[in-house]
Amino acid sequence: MEIFVIIIGAIFVNNIVFSQFLGICPFLGVSNKISTAIGMSGAVVFVITLATLVTFLIQEYILTPMGLDYLQTICFILVIASLVQMVEIVLKKITPSLYQALGVFLPLITTNCAVLGVAIMVIQQSFNLGGALIFAFATALGYGIALILFAGLREQMELSDIPKSMKGIPIALITAGILALAFMGFSGLV
Amino acid sequence: MNQLQNFTKGFIKESPTFTLMLGMCPTLGVTTSAINGLGMGLATTAVLILSNIIISCLKSVIPDKVRIPSFIVIIASLVTVVQLCMQAYVPSLYESLGLFIPLIVVNCLILGRAEAFASKNNVFSSFVDGLGMGLGFTFGLTILGMVRELLGNYAVFGHQLIHSDGILVFVLAPGAFLALGFIVAFINAIRNKA
Repeated sequence: MEIFVIIIGAIFVNNIVFSQFLGICPFLGVSNKISTAIGMSGAVVFVITLATLVTFLIQEYILTPMGLDYLQTICFILVIASLVQMVEIVLKKITPSLYQALGVFLPLITTNCAVLGVAIMVIQQSFNLGGALIFAFATALGYGIALILFAGLREQMELSDIPKSMKGIPIALITAGILALAFMGFSGLV
Repeated sequence: MNQLQNFTKGFIKESPTFTLMLGMCPTLGVTTSAINGLGMGLATTAVLILSNIIISCLKSVIPDKVRIPSFIVIIASLVTVVQLCMQAYVPSLYESLGLFIPLIVVNCLILGRAEAFASKNNVFSSFVDGLGMGLGFTFGLTILGMVRELLGNYAVFGHQLIHSDGILVFVLAPGAFLALGFIVAFINAIRNKA
């Protein structure tokens, strides 16, 4: 039951894009086409879950026992950056087809604040390892859902007649605002 | 480029918030009130100025191949310093900005300036660039914060103008997207006329 609450909470109620404002740059940047959005979502789900596992273990077994909590930011960002690089190399070697699908998005992920954000959030909310992984996976899934939904809307918007000064980013932001309003309907669910 | 131009470009022509759309996460996330926007902007400015100065000093020492990781380490250390200072001296602001302070590390604005400007220019121009861009970012965040606070709470910098509830949605999450969207559209409209 508790797991279910974590999952619904992370995907819908506290959606990482619409209520936490993390990962907005790629959210606006790669949401022009549904196919790109799906690729990016896959890469994000993979990296966030993996990065959270590694950073959680580092915090638990290295930083906290040694009293090095203040090194958290530096440590996490370095781990994430090298992890992304490593995932890229491994994928290229083992499953070239998956690399084809996700590869171009991987370098972009290092500067996606959602990854570092989730890693820090997990520590702040003091989950255990299982809870942390489920939370990270569900949050990333929420990111994917938001990205794909938004890409679908933007594909339609390409075809519609929009005032000149609203074209591009402004209308995208306003659409995101309306989508965020819709997601507010989930609040109070858990 | 003269230094004055270098300084002022961050405010309008290359405003990180309204034109380049860099550092969107803190822009949307912390601007529930003008004071939060200002605090976040100043914290980012401090990191940006220092990182620009340090990177521009070290530009001949850092090998080209590992420059991005080196930049990130420098930025992350500075963010930690700023984070500890804020925790010590302005605990209430630290509380309300929360998660977004460590996330200054991944603010694309800072890495972007390091890569595009500080690694190619001398120390003084990098300092001016960092100051200008940082204040431009602060300016953008404060404007957005003011608009949201005014519409959402009928208040300016925490001073209540009308004693009533306001349009609550502007302080909540959707309001961030809506307010920024309309401000950018407004700026575009002025630009298209000119």
